[in-house]
Amino acid sequence: MYVAVKGGERAIENAHAWLAEERRGDPSVPELSLAQIREQMALAVNRVMAEGSLYDPDLAALAIKQARGDLIEAIFLIRAYRTTLPRFGASLPVETANMRCDRRISATFKDAPGGQVLGPTFDYTHRLLDFKLAAEGEVPAAAKAAAPQSGPVPHITDFLNRDGLIQAEDRHDDTPPDLTREPLEFPANRALRLQSLTRGDEGFVLGMAYSTQRGYARNHAFVGELRIGRVPVEMEIPELGFSIEIGEVELTECETVNQFAGSKTEPAQFTRGYGLVFGQTERKAISMALVDRALRWRELGEDNLGAPAQDEEFVLSHADNIQATGFLEHIKLPHYVDFQSELELVRRLRAEAEAAQQEAAE
Amino acid sequence: MDQAVMTGGFSDPSIQSAWGFRAAMNAMARPGDILAVQGAQAPAPVSVAAAVLMLVLCDPETPVWLAPSHDSDALRRWIAFHTGAPVVAARGEAAFALGTWDSLVPLRDYRIGTPEYPDRSATLIVEMDELRAEGAVLTGPGIKQAAGLNLPDAAAFRANRGLYPLGLDFFLTCGDRLAALPRSTHVTTPAEVS
Amino acid sequence: MSDYNFAYLDEQTKRMIRRAILKALAVPGYQVPFASREMPMPYGWGTGGVQVSAACLVPEDRLKVIDQGADDTTNAVSIRRFFEKTAGVATTGRTSEATLIQTRHRIPEEPLTRDQILVYQVPIPEPLRFLEPRETETRKMHALEEYGLVHVKLYEDIARHGQIATSYAYPVKVEGRYVMDPSPIPKFDNPKLESEAIQLFGAGREQRIHALPPHCKVVSLDFEDHPFEASKADHDCDLCGSGTSYLDEVIVDDAGGRMFVCSDTDYCETRRGAGHRGRLAATGQEDAA
Repeated sequence: MYVAVKGGERAIENAHAWLAEERRGDPSVPELSLAQIREQMALAVNRVMAEGSLYDPDLAALAIKQARGDLIEAIFLIRAYRTTLPRFGASLPVETANMRCDRRISATFKDAPGGQVLGPTFDYTHRLLDFKLAAEGEVPAAAKAAAPQSGPVPHITDFLNRDGLIQAEDRHDDTPPDLTREPLEFPANRALRLQSLTRGDEGFVLGMAYSTQRGYARNHAFVGELRIGRVPVEMEIPELGFSIEIGEVELTECETVNQFAGSKTEPAQFTRGYGLVFGQTERKAISMALVDRALRWRELGEDNLGAPAQDEEFVLSHADNIQATGFLEHIKLPHYVDFQSELELVRRLRAEAEAAQQEAAE
Repeated sequence: MDQAVMTGGFSDPSIQSAWGFRAAMNAMARPGDILAVQGAQAPAPVSVAAAVLMLVLCDPETPVWLAPSHDSDALRRWIAFHTGAPVVAARGEAAFALGTWDSLVPLRDYRIGTPEYPDRSATLIVEMDELRAEGAVLTGPGIKQAAGLNLPDAAAFRANRGLYPLGLDFFLTCGDRLAALPRSTHVTTPAEVS
Repeated sequence: MSDYNFAYLDEQTKRMIRRAILKALAVPGYQVPFASREMPMPYGWGTGGVQVSAACLVPEDRLKVIDQGADDTTNAVSIRRFFEKTAGVATTGRTSEATLIQTRHRIPEEPLTRDQILVYQVPIPEPLRFLEPRETETRKMHALEEYGLVHVKLYEDIARHGQIATSYAYPVKVEGRYVMDPSPIPKFDNPKLESEAIQLFGAGREQRIHALPPHCKVVSLDFEDHPFEASKADHDCDLCGSGTSYLDEVIVDDAGGRMFVCSDTDYCETRRGAGHRGRLAATGQEDAA
């Protein structure tokens, strides 16, 4: 006697209980604290904040713990939480020229006011597994510069800008559209594109950027400047009539200087790409700047070469890993009904083809 | 702020909005059906039904135009306090417009949407002296065979239908009752039917 | 449930969705863009349907949730629990008792009434998407009522296979104007799109809502010499004996033996409750399934 599959409710409860057990792992191993994740998995925390579009290291650490280290799952948790938050207002634009830089490098000038600050980077580490870490050895304290970087550090591109060598950006105070409150519509303006890229999947944006380097709409990017540090966030309080500092955030900013030969409409000039991402996330910020630059072909009078990174609809529609992973993974949900209809169709088509063959043979 | 401005909103917004919307949706889905709503009171001469619709549908994202029949300081303050919707100066900027038929017309000045986005069109809340299921004959989506409704001007609604899929959508309100007439509805007069 | 607003979404979000639903009803078959929110369940799991349901629910509703026609599939269970928790509404498995039904991939067998709302979960709302991937292009095609591409696709099917090779998500034309994707229901269900009930379609990831008011004219696209046909497996239900319901095929033994059972579990149970028996149903005592 056939009994239809039942008990979905119990299956779900049991799955959740099992998941909780797996999350904890071997109970003889001490449990991770959120502070440990926040302090020692800081780059994972940064990625979750950047793609989750919510600056809160403690919540990001919680999400990583809950997601068992699956960062896309953690980003999802943060996004779902973020939507439920009330909005009290918008901050003023942050002034990255006032950044207290931990790292600041330029690939275009050997030296410039403010200097080159290498900062805490993997760049020149030899990628050799450090077994001292496995032995939980103490790390020697890093030598500190006499005076920490402080005060405004001018942007490298400002020097080029002064000479008219780099294309000037339009300044305007229009309120940018909000990707999370309005349906995405094409064509998208640059503010919307940058918004989409900064919360886009790091791997996707990296892949797109890499494709431009390999010739799919190559735009000859130099890292004009990459800076990482903290900036104050200010908000205007209407009741007070002035702005107050409500906190500070760590940001990575990348400005690329792109070679540009001029076009039908523009004189020869360098152009720019821009990346700005929460936390120390320089791979993402550089990628973002390259893709931003590629997407600007129309405004700069360049040819559309049909490259994926130039295709705004393609890039923006597929950059979001929460959308992508949801739709991708949903194909594991039941599709009996659609599959059954296909099954019948294929059977019918085969039966008809066989009948036709038989007829032809007779 | 005076008392009249602060009163007349929903006492339990999430539940009363849900009820109000359900009535509004049923009306829009079934042109000609007349439904009763309750729970809101805006400054005169706004009907209960129109006040409910404003509370259910309007917020800072929806510019509202008030026809001369309804425009008043008291109502502007009531709308600002309860919905946060900006009151605009021109018909063409409005997502919602409120008034009697005579002061809402001419219809040509409202947004009717674009061929790519026909949804970007205004919804008019027309305050009526009476609401009866007889008069003009309605056919089209949402209507089994035909429905009747005492429309203020059948020809205007017919012209609106002629713009389809662009056009305006209407709620008709009287006291605590409301009906709706989406742009998809065909309007004829009884004489034309017979 | 005091942690969340009624039906989870905040009031401003509900208002935005409600406005979109009204415009969708006013222009049947047209896809209204809406600012879909990130829900606490993944895209692809019914976030669009859930948002539409949340915007429609009233406390008095009795909610039914089905996936593939069944109330007890895991995701249907999960969505039902979500609304039990966040809206406190009563739930039911009975089609006739439900006032709001959220569905994925099926329309219940039992004809719906004017007191019911059917909310569909929609993966890709754009019927032209697989012919033209660009939103900018398909939007123009809808605006210009330029649907030649769909007919070409269907006609190519006929040239190649002798018949139209689309078996689910079969495109329809609504009120003679918009070509619409009815979500991935089997084409067997297409005739039921003309209904007494309000039908709302929510696509969360794609940020679109479309709708069919009651008694709306919905025509499945076809050709005069190849008329639309609402097909199903050529069997009766092995449990309840129905010869007119849509069937799931189940593999029952290692030798590949098959049986066919109603995909609409409530329909099947109701029939068995009324004494109907299929080929493989126990004749004596009825199991509690």
